[in-house]
Amino acid sequence: MEKLLDFFNININFDVIPMEWYLVVSTMMFFVGIVGFIIRKNLLAVLISVELVLNAAELNFAVFNRYLYPGALEGMFFSLFGIAIAAAETAVAIAIIINVYRNMNNIDTDSVEQLKH
Amino acid sequence: MVIIFAILALIILVSSVFAVTSSKMMHIAMYLLFVLASTAGLYFLLDYHFLGVVQLSVYAGGVLTLFIFAILLTNTKGERSEIHGIKRIIPALLAALLGIGVVALAIMKYTFPYADTATANDVVDKEINMEVIGHALMGTEKYQYLLPFEILSVLLLACIIGGILIGRKR
Repeated sequence: MEKLLDFFNININFDVIPMEWYLVVSTMMFFVGIVGFIIRKNLLAVLISVELVLNAAELNFAVFNRYLYPGALEGMFFSLFGIAIAAAETAVAIAIIINVYRNMNNIDTDSVEQLKH
Repeated sequence: MVIIFAILALIILVSSVFAVTSSKMMHIAMYLLFVLASTAGLYFLLDYHFLGVVQLSVYAGGVLTLFIFAILLTNTKGERSEIHGIKRIIPALLAALLGIGVVALAIMKYTFPYADTATANDVVDKEINMEVIGHALMGTEKYQYLLPFEILSVLLLACIIGGILIGRKR
């Protein structure tokens, strides 16, 4: 066990949270989002997976800012703008999905294969 | 601190897995809410209080409401949301596990150049003053963000127009 911990450069101190833990959590959130993006059929579920991916990226910005450059604010503002852009993108995507539903009567990814030219 | 972090991380991981595997759209939206709220909790843990509040109000408030309305508008009665067959699932899982393995190994092996000391011990645990954020957001000098802020408002206007244009009835 100690060898394993040494291999990964882990020294456990239960007062502070190492930066790596945040990064591992956001990595897992990111890849779960990618799996959802690939396997879901429903367009809204695909969009929710994209939200997971974006959320992981924004968490990373904030974590890097806090741990590596605590005096600066750049990472936090990137997260802030990222959240706003994600919200805007979601609104447009949902408008498109509702339009697809009106035309095709369902929102499966298979039914959008034949888009109008 | 560590216990709170562990609880939040557990909620995030479990809820995000359920959010991509659950078969009812409403449940997916609820799991997404858990993920987003726990991420806001992580921001609070990092002492980015403003960012946490924005995450809660914009994501967990606005975007999720949008999702729920869209789900209600597009849901045909009693239909379950299917996932692709095993031919899509296995490559996806393989890719994700490989990706998690590579990225986690890279993160764990790399020694990050922490700001002050060689460890994470001296993370500045002070709240960022709201005045500082306001000046940085509204200033035009170096490290200030008035121009991105204005561009973002143009982007929002474009999104409003695009949303109306796409979503209206013909």
